[in-house]
Amino acid sequence: MDNLVEIKDVYFNRGERSIYEGVSLVIPRGKITGVLGPSGCGKTTLLRLIGAQLKAHKGQVLFAGQEMSQLSRSALYETRKRMSMLFQSGALFSEMSVFENVAFPLREHTKLPENIIQTVVKMKLESVGLRGAADMSPSELSGGMARRAALARSIVLDPEMIMYDEPFAGQDPIAMGMLVKLIDELNDTLGLTSIVVSHDVQEVMSIADHLIVMANKTIVGQGSPQELRENGSELVQQFLSGAPDGPVPFHYQAKPYSDDLLGAHL
Amino acid sequence: MSAFHVLGRNVLNTIQGVGEATVMLAQALIGKPQPRKMFPLLMRQLYVVGVQSMLIILISGLFIGMVLGLQGYTILVDFGAEQALGPMVALSLLRELGPVVTALLFAGRAGSALTAEIGLMRATEQLSSLEMMAVDPLRRVIAPRFWAGVISMPLLALMFNAVGIYGGFIVGVEWLGVDDGAFWSVMQSSVDWQDDIMNGVIKSLVFAIVVTWVALFKGYTATPTSPGISAATTQTVVYSSLAVLGLDFVLTAIMFG
Repeated sequence: MDNLVEIKDVYFNRGERSIYEGVSLVIPRGKITGVLGPSGCGKTTLLRLIGAQLKAHKGQVLFAGQEMSQLSRSALYETRKRMSMLFQSGALFSEMSVFENVAFPLREHTKLPENIIQTVVKMKLESVGLRGAADMSPSELSGGMARRAALARSIVLDPEMIMYDEPFAGQDPIAMGMLVKLIDELNDTLGLTSIVVSHDVQEVMSIADHLIVMANKTIVGQGSPQELRENGSELVQQFLSGAPDGPVPFHYQAKPYSDDLLGAHL
Repeated sequence: MSAFHVLGRNVLNTIQGVGEATVMLAQALIGKPQPRKMFPLLMRQLYVVGVQSMLIILISGLFIGMVLGLQGYTILVDFGAEQALGPMVALSLLRELGPVVTALLFAGRAGSALTAEIGLMRATEQLSSLEMMAVDPLRRVIAPRFWAGVISMPLLALMFNAVGIYGGFIVGVEWLGVDDGAFWSVMQSSVDWQDDIMNGVIKSLVFAIVVTWVALFKGYTATPTSPGISAATTQTVVYSSLAVLGLDFVLTAIMFG
């Protein structure tokens, strides 16, 4: 299988805290890869490592065969034009209208005449259903609309890969359904490679071709949705079924309960 | 941990902070000039940072000039030297109060706003988003704001001086009866273009660099949370005010000592 991203034996720390200990994975080209895992397990960190906003302390992060951490500043910026990221908050520029937000990458990186920019932006807004909201400011948009506007901005330069950081978080069922449909359709129609980081197991499993489950600083399971359902790992099954207790304990690590309660009176 | 360790750690942290701030500014300012992209951004920031600070600067300048006129008159009149009111007001403003008070007001009004704005851009992932769109946030966000601060503060200080002198004139001449001709002619003969006016402008330029630099660095490195942005905004005002007052002494010693 042709892989667009390869991560090989990566170690990463935040301060004293270890996030990854020997993580290896691949992102197949042209597919939707879902990355699942409990909060704080480093799913967003994975996207930032691929975009080289963070650098691994050990190991390799390869995008289209290039080691991201070895690229010069200018080469890194050139490579980033081939990828795109949809942030959890949308990250629209608050001082610009929706139209200007979507036009921004075109104005920065191309010398297209204004009439072509107008056409391309309208086409991208139409594809996310927001052509009618072109003149609105980001503060006037609902959460779901803001994410769709950000998605239009993400695809305006026709990238090879889009990374979605928690695209469904905090969305109502209708907005969530729209986003699921958009991610799936855009991947097929534009021939993209998509990485979807999320907690929303059912939504991700419904569109992903390949799934990766992260926990305990490493990969605990990967494969197709069917393969993952049949995975024997208790940790994977706890996450997929949403069980409140299991290998990921309900209680955060603490000294014995009796010591804590009675100790105060001793 | 001993006091010695704490002191050592603070010194190292300060040196590291200065180093990081220098690298940030160098990366923002050094590179291929892009006038077509920079000019509209600079104009917008000149409006936000400079024009929108004008009102507070002009009103403060007027009142400080009026106070100088009143205080100066009550002292000078005892010695029969009220004709010296003009140079007293002008020199106080041009050499010290103009650059220093403008810088302090600028730190409070524009510096804190710059820090909060950039801190919020970090908190809402707008800076990360720029990076991922292959747009350098240092060139796009930091550079135009820096130049806007450096250009606007000396101009604001000159406006402060002009309005302040007029405030001194209103109180001294119009209200307290100092001779009109003496006020202006003695001022004109006492104020030196290079020593007084240009040195004041140089001071203001130095303060502009320091205040804007501190504000941008504190915003860019703010912890992206509500308390983090609040702390960064406070630090901008405190650090830049202290830096202005300390540097003022150094510059005064060099220029007039």
